[in-house]
Amino acid sequence: MSGPSTYEPKTGIEKWLDTRLPIIRFGADLMDFPTPKNLNYWWTFGGILAVCLVIQIVTGIVLAMHYVANTQMAFASVERIMRDVDFGWLIRNIHANGASMFFLAVYVHMFRGMYYGSYKNPREVIWILGVVIYFLMMATAFMGYVLPWGQMSFHGSAVITNLIGAIPLVGEPVKTYLMGGPAIGDATLNRFFSLHYLLPFVIAGIVVLHIWALHVPGNNNPTGVSVKDVKKDTVPFHPYYTVKDGFAIIVFLILFALFVFYFPNALGHADNSIEANPLQTPAHIVPEWYLLPFYAILRAITFDVGPIPAKLLGVIAMFGAILILFVLPWLDTSKVRSMRYRPFARSIFVVFVFAAIGLGFCGANDPDKLVFKTQADQLALTYNNTNGQPQREVFDDYAAASAKMRSLPPTAGAAIEVQSTGFKWLWLSQILGAYYFLYFLVLLPLLGVIEKPKARPASIADSVRKKHSPAPAAAVAAE
Amino acid sequence: MRIAKLALAGLAALAAGAIALPSLAQEHGAPAAGGEAEHAASGGEHHLLEPKGGWPHEDYFGTFDQNQLQRGFKVYSEVCSACHGMKLLSFRNLGEQGGPFFDARYPNPNDNPVVKQIAATFVNQIPTVDPDSGDMVKMPAKTSDRILGPYANDVAARVLNGGALPPDLSIITKARHGGAGYVYSLLLGYNAPPAGLTVAAGQHYNAYFGGDTAASWVGDPRLKPPGGFLAMAWPLENANVTFDDGIPTTKEQMAHDVAVFLAWAGDPKAVARKQMGAAVIPFLILLSLLVFLSYKALWRNVEH
Repeated sequence: MSGPSTYEPKTGIEKWLDTRLPIIRFGADLMDFPTPKNLNYWWTFGGILAVCLVIQIVTGIVLAMHYVANTQMAFASVERIMRDVDFGWLIRNIHANGASMFFLAVYVHMFRGMYYGSYKNPREVIWILGVVIYFLMMATAFMGYVLPWGQMSFHGSAVITNLIGAIPLVGEPVKTYLMGGPAIGDATLNRFFSLHYLLPFVIAGIVVLHIWALHVPGNNNPTGVSVKDVKKDTVPFHPYYTVKDGFAIIVFLILFALFVFYFPNALGHADNSIEANPLQTPAHIVPEWYLLPFYAILRAITFDVGPIPAKLLGVIAMFGAILILFVLPWLDTSKVRSMRYRPFARSIFVVFVFAAIGLGFCGANDPDKLVFKTQADQLALTYNNTNGQPQREVFDDYAAASAKMRSLPPTAGAAIEVQSTGFKWLWLSQILGAYYFLYFLVLLPLLGVIEKPKARPASIADSVRKKHSPAPAAAVAAE
Repeated sequence: MRIAKLALAGLAALAAGAIALPSLAQEHGAPAAGGEAEHAASGGEHHLLEPKGGWPHEDYFGTFDQNQLQRGFKVYSEVCSACHGMKLLSFRNLGEQGGPFFDARYPNPNDNPVVKQIAATFVNQIPTVDPDSGDMVKMPAKTSDRILGPYANDVAARVLNGGALPPDLSIITKARHGGAGYVYSLLLGYNAPPAGLTVAAGQHYNAYFGGDTAASWVGDPRLKPPGGFLAMAWPLENANVTFDDGIPTTKEQMAHDVAVFLAWAGDPKAVARKQMGAAVIPFLILLSLLVFLSYKALWRNVEH
């Protein structure tokens, strides 16, 4: 899609350099890149993500100058950054909240790609590289969360490494390599620090490939209709999109700054302000918010399927939920890219977004707790009858329950507990998790075959013209 | 523009969701186990106590009252420091900008005579190697020393406290849900145990402490009292800190002041942070307006 280069070296040194290392030509062509003129604000998140990556790398390098990767000193070294390093509190707050902002932006970016079919022919490789970046981001963020060596850092890492241990055959050795020994300790912290520093540069490298792959077919656009005429359908990236993206980036930075300056701990967890203590497990281990949907899927599997135990099945479902994204371009069988013209696909997509966010809430809550109660709490009396069979009787009234309890012999081991009746978070996560997979494995493949898409505009230029002039009869269906 | 509005609404919704998630996790968090274990969960389903006037330091433009910080430090040094250290702070931090003993005449807090005096006379001294004998001895602290607790190590602390470890108080307001409100409520929450609740020897009932009273409760489990049991006896029971600014000594006042002092100690840069935010955010809003107008001007003749 990139047409012939329009760069003309003017000065002597530019001409000299152009025949040896045409780097100025490369930059000029990049800035001149023909970009569809109808991109909406959802398309600005690519630029926002580039800014996020740079912010994380720059603040991270500064933090690494002060951080000590040692289990005895890590927690205090982070607090020292907050107190004694000049503007250390600012740098750390930016880095810690930056991770959340990065994920917020990447989720919007991915949902945008899914809605407008940006993963479809000829952009499959862009999408796959994007999923690789997302996967590396999760690994980087997870390891970064361990570094402050708080209670949630430690016990969260214990949960994740144990998950990897659940994988048959390779699980145990991989877990040992990750931890650097039989238990989480100094060796683990050191290699997590090393990898946490390495992976962002790997991400940066894949971002280059992601952008390179983007510059072969060019941007998708809200209509999903390919560029037909570069003159009529596109504008040069600079200045048109540098300014539009720039505006969106600044708006995004306002939200970012709100967290950094006013709610720096809102996205964290109070338990992580307690230094890690391997002997004391927090009551309620939860990962950071951006991993919660996958945590919910992991915990939704509470049943064995044939020979596969529930724990392993949960791990498979969790990793499957991410890995399935790699094959999304082939699961969606529709030839129409943009869901603007796919009424039914659009509805199931909206449900998908709500399901994904709902799974996040499921991940944050205890699966056995109730989303809502269907009746007032009752009392359950549990005891063993004379044959040693466990019995359970339900009472509304405490006096009745305790009278019955007193009538039982002491050998019955009677106890009264609260019985709440209602809808469990576990059930919600099972329903939403099932929809997650249903969307990819059944609905998308099926819809491509049975859905009748609406009429699409003939070209990008056509689609934008219709907004401003009275619509001709044929074009009504387009928007 | 319709899409733009949707985008902003979506972004706002996601951000709201992101804020809601951790708070939800906290509200629905399972009660913490065991009185002794250190957990962030605060006790029970009922609301924390709040002093008259609330917690101004938690507001967008909130600051600390220096007199109150000084009173709070006095409560800490006369009451809390008998068991609790604040090892993430040095004495010099007390004299830094925004701290309880900041004095503009001494930009370097190590020169501040009040801070020097506090360090030298602090009840818990610093273990050092005696250059004459090589033995460990305890020396009066310098301004650069950490604010330590009285115990040589955690084992000694547990032995002397019936198995419980008094937590370090440096960032206690960040490590407990509710922050200063939790500290305040805990210090005033040593209610008499309700009839039907058995309190084990060496334990104390507190309506705001994280834990579960179910195992010690005789009666309808739906009506079990909130809170839990902790090894710390009511520290303010016999405390009588005389405040230098003449404020009358009451339990509420002592709890209030020390809670605010601990909130400052847990996040001493909070005021500087919020002040910087008050400059950064309006700047970004202004910049976004300028860039938006440039965008409008640039795209004026492009159909899009």
